[in-house]
Amino acid sequence: MEYLSRYWTFMAKYNVLNAFWVNVSLTLAAGALALILGTIAVTMRISPVSSLRLASTFYVNVFRDIPLTVVMVIMASVVWMQLNVSFSNDFHTDFYILAVIGLGIYHSSFIAEALRSGINTVPVGQAEAARGIGLTFLQSTRIVVLPQAFRGSIAPIGNTIIALIKNTTVASVTGVSTETSSTMQAAIEMGPQFIFLIFLTFALGYVIIVIPVGVLSTSLSRRLAVKR
Amino acid sequence: MSPKKRPASSVFFDVPGPKTRRITLIANIIGGAIVAAILVVIAMKLQVQGQLEPAMWNVVVQPISWTAYIIPGLISTLTAAAVAIVGALVFGLIFGVARLAHLGVVRWVAGVIVEFCRAVPVLLMMIFLWYWFGSISFIPDPSFWAVVVALILYNGSVIAELVRSGVINLPTGQHEAASAIGLTRIKALQFVLVPQALLSMLPALVAQLVVALKDSALGSAIAYSELLREARLLGTPLNTLQTLFVASVIFIVINYGLGKLGERLARTMRGRGLTLDEKMAEDMPINVPAAGAQAMLEDPDDEPIFDESTRLRQEATGDRRHL
Repeated sequence: MEYLSRYWTFMAKYNVLNAFWVNVSLTLAAGALALILGTIAVTMRISPVSSLRLASTFYVNVFRDIPLTVVMVIMASVVWMQLNVSFSNDFHTDFYILAVIGLGIYHSSFIAEALRSGINTVPVGQAEAARGIGLTFLQSTRIVVLPQAFRGSIAPIGNTIIALIKNTTVASVTGVSTETSSTMQAAIEMGPQFIFLIFLTFALGYVIIVIPVGVLSTSLSRRLAVKR
Repeated sequence: MSPKKRPASSVFFDVPGPKTRRITLIANIIGGAIVAAILVVIAMKLQVQGQLEPAMWNVVVQPISWTAYIIPGLISTLTAAAVAIVGALVFGLIFGVARLAHLGVVRWVAGVIVEFCRAVPVLLMMIFLWYWFGSISFIPDPSFWAVVVALILYNGSVIAELVRSGVINLPTGQHEAASAIGLTRIKALQFVLVPQALLSMLPALVAQLVVALKDSALGSAIAYSELLREARLLGTPLNTLQTLFVASVIFIVINYGLGKLGERLARTMRGRGLTLDEKMAEDMPINVPAAGAQAMLEDPDDEPIFDESTRLRQEATGDRRHL
């Protein structure tokens, strides 16, 4: 008991809740970016325009096969340091924005693949009917195909979002020092006698965040699935 | 829908007439021009900063860079991934079977461990294991073992789920036949159910190898001298663009190749699966769909590969990869 209370006093120095909030906010921002980029990529992928198809295939394959850590290191030591790309005077803000961009681009390729698998659940008749009533490619994609594809791809998109939540810890490599993995590392360095409790604290935080998201995505994917 | 005859892309537009062909051609030229323009702008920005000067790229063509940095780094990456995937398979088999045990306690404990390892970020596990192993004197290379063990825990728990849902999704006849010839539950799993599940898991295993390979780059954060870390060291301070470009290309080529291998395996397996299903369907036309439906009810939220609806959906794209 005394050990636990000493641990409690020790951890009071670290703002664990704030660290988790940084990861959640990274998830929200990067997730929005990934959904936008992924939708654009998949629209290009199914379009009749072969140059756009090619560009989209290349984009998805590159960012699906490159390790996220490499992307995040490139964001900090190439884009920021070597190419001097900057968004503000404050380097903390820069690192945060670069981390969002890196996470967003990387996960957009998985969103694109998830949507593409969702598009394959839409029966041919739907697209044919859309064309039959005279909708153009963009209209039939926007009004008929993508809404059904989104509903059919909730489970794989949910998996991508869960991976994104966990992957936001890699933002530490881009220099976001307030998030959980950096906070945990700092805590372990200062209090090695509490190493197991520290790890358990942060790990349980992720279990608490990730499992409800998984349950939600499963129930949504079942409830929203188009009955065929 | 028959994905083999009709690629998904052709569903959305008719066989084009002359007018549409013209429009498509124009769109194609405009689209190509936009893509090319983006690439040119990036190249010009790099050129202005002098990043494309041959002198800047010297560092990646010198033999010493390859013999002292890139190749040793690549070997470390591959070693960690290979050891990790073997360990993950062992871990996955043990915990996958444990999740199918009759004894509730075993099932529950295995379930908690698997769910925990799947929910915790790999980087957190690596950092924790690195400090922990560092404090234990008889572990020779804490960075290496931290990378390997973290990868085993995560990928192993994913494989455990694959084993479990692979066994659950087997036709019930397999289980019944095994008990009919007098095999105990353990023996049935060992000789009949798990081998079949493993075979159908092969493509997923290759996909998991890609995941392990990609995640091994996290080791650079805990001083494991893998490809990313070596490339970064080689390029510091002012050539990281060039060295990281080379490292990225190496990663992408390897992972793309493994991905293609996985897709080919998946096609082969599907061929086998189909013949098996047809035979089963001939013998007992009612039982097969029933088994499939029951498996779906029991196990709807698992790895997409063995979830029937997702499997059908993903067959069309041939995509079986995870993050």
